[in-house]
Amino acid sequence: MSFLSGLLRFRSRPPGLACQEVVELVTDYLEDALPAADRRRLEAHLADCPHCTEYLAQMRETIRLTGRLAPDDLSPAMRTDLTELYRRWRAEG
Amino acid sequence: MDADASLLRRLRDGDEQAFTALIERYNSSMLGLALSFVPSRAVAEEVVQDTWLAVLRGLDRFEERSSLRTWLFSILVNRARTTGAREARSVPVADAGPVVDASRFGPSGAWAVPPEHWTEAVNNRVDAVKLSELLRAGLDRLPARQREVVLLRDVESLTSAEVCEVLAISEANQRVLLHRGRSKLRQLLETELGGGGPR
Repeated sequence: MSFLSGLLRFRSRPPGLACQEVVELVTDYLEDALPAADRRRLEAHLADCPHCTEYLAQMRETIRLTGRLAPDDLSPAMRTDLTELYRRWRAEG
Repeated sequence: MDADASLLRRLRDGDEQAFTALIERYNSSMLGLALSFVPSRAVAEEVVQDTWLAVLRGLDRFEERSSLRTWLFSILVNRARTTGAREARSVPVADAGPVVDASRFGPSGAWAVPPEHWTEAVNNRVDAVKLSELLRAGLDRLPARQREVVLLRDVESLTSAEVCEVLAISEANQRVLLHRGRSKLRQLLETELGGGGPR
């Protein structure tokens, strides 16, 4: 997070978070990993900023859509190999 | 979890159908994960097969202190790492820099080109197929460390603790990788669905 810490260090401490900082904090926010004070600052920003609220909604939507990805079908060759592997193992024991 | 627990019980009873169900469920994610560490699909397939054999041979010793999937993925990652190291593939360097292009913000750090509201396209069945293909391709193009975390967390729905256990990384490191990976996938969708992304 060296980019973010650099950003936080060199700006002239205005009262709230900038949108550019918010986009770097959304994952920590969604993961519930923000310290309480940072969480409050972020939520205060979101309450006032429709763009960052939309950004957060898009991150949530991205996570939802990624979670919907279905696994690729097993190739017939792989299925055959693994079935043989299973039967060899059964014969071992 | 419960489905896995029942598969585990049947597998221990020698039920071949349970093994088939397990490979249907996990083989493709295991292959995707293995590909992060080894140079070719052929090697990845070998690693996955070795993993399945290790799982079968380890069934009696598996104490269920972790979930079946965590155990499965842990064995895979250990083997893939060992094989990958043997194949002497260079480790990709983590990328740095902002997750949203700096040109989209003004001097004060406020949005200059804000994200536009995503349309109902996201919920349209036809578009859903296209979006899935797009996301799948985007996931495949993520840097390896980010892909591993997004695959386990968001595709396979492991908890962050499980992901850390499987990949042997810290919670903080996991979050950084997840953040970068997810942010890139969001950008990809934004470019597709409209909005201020770079065209």
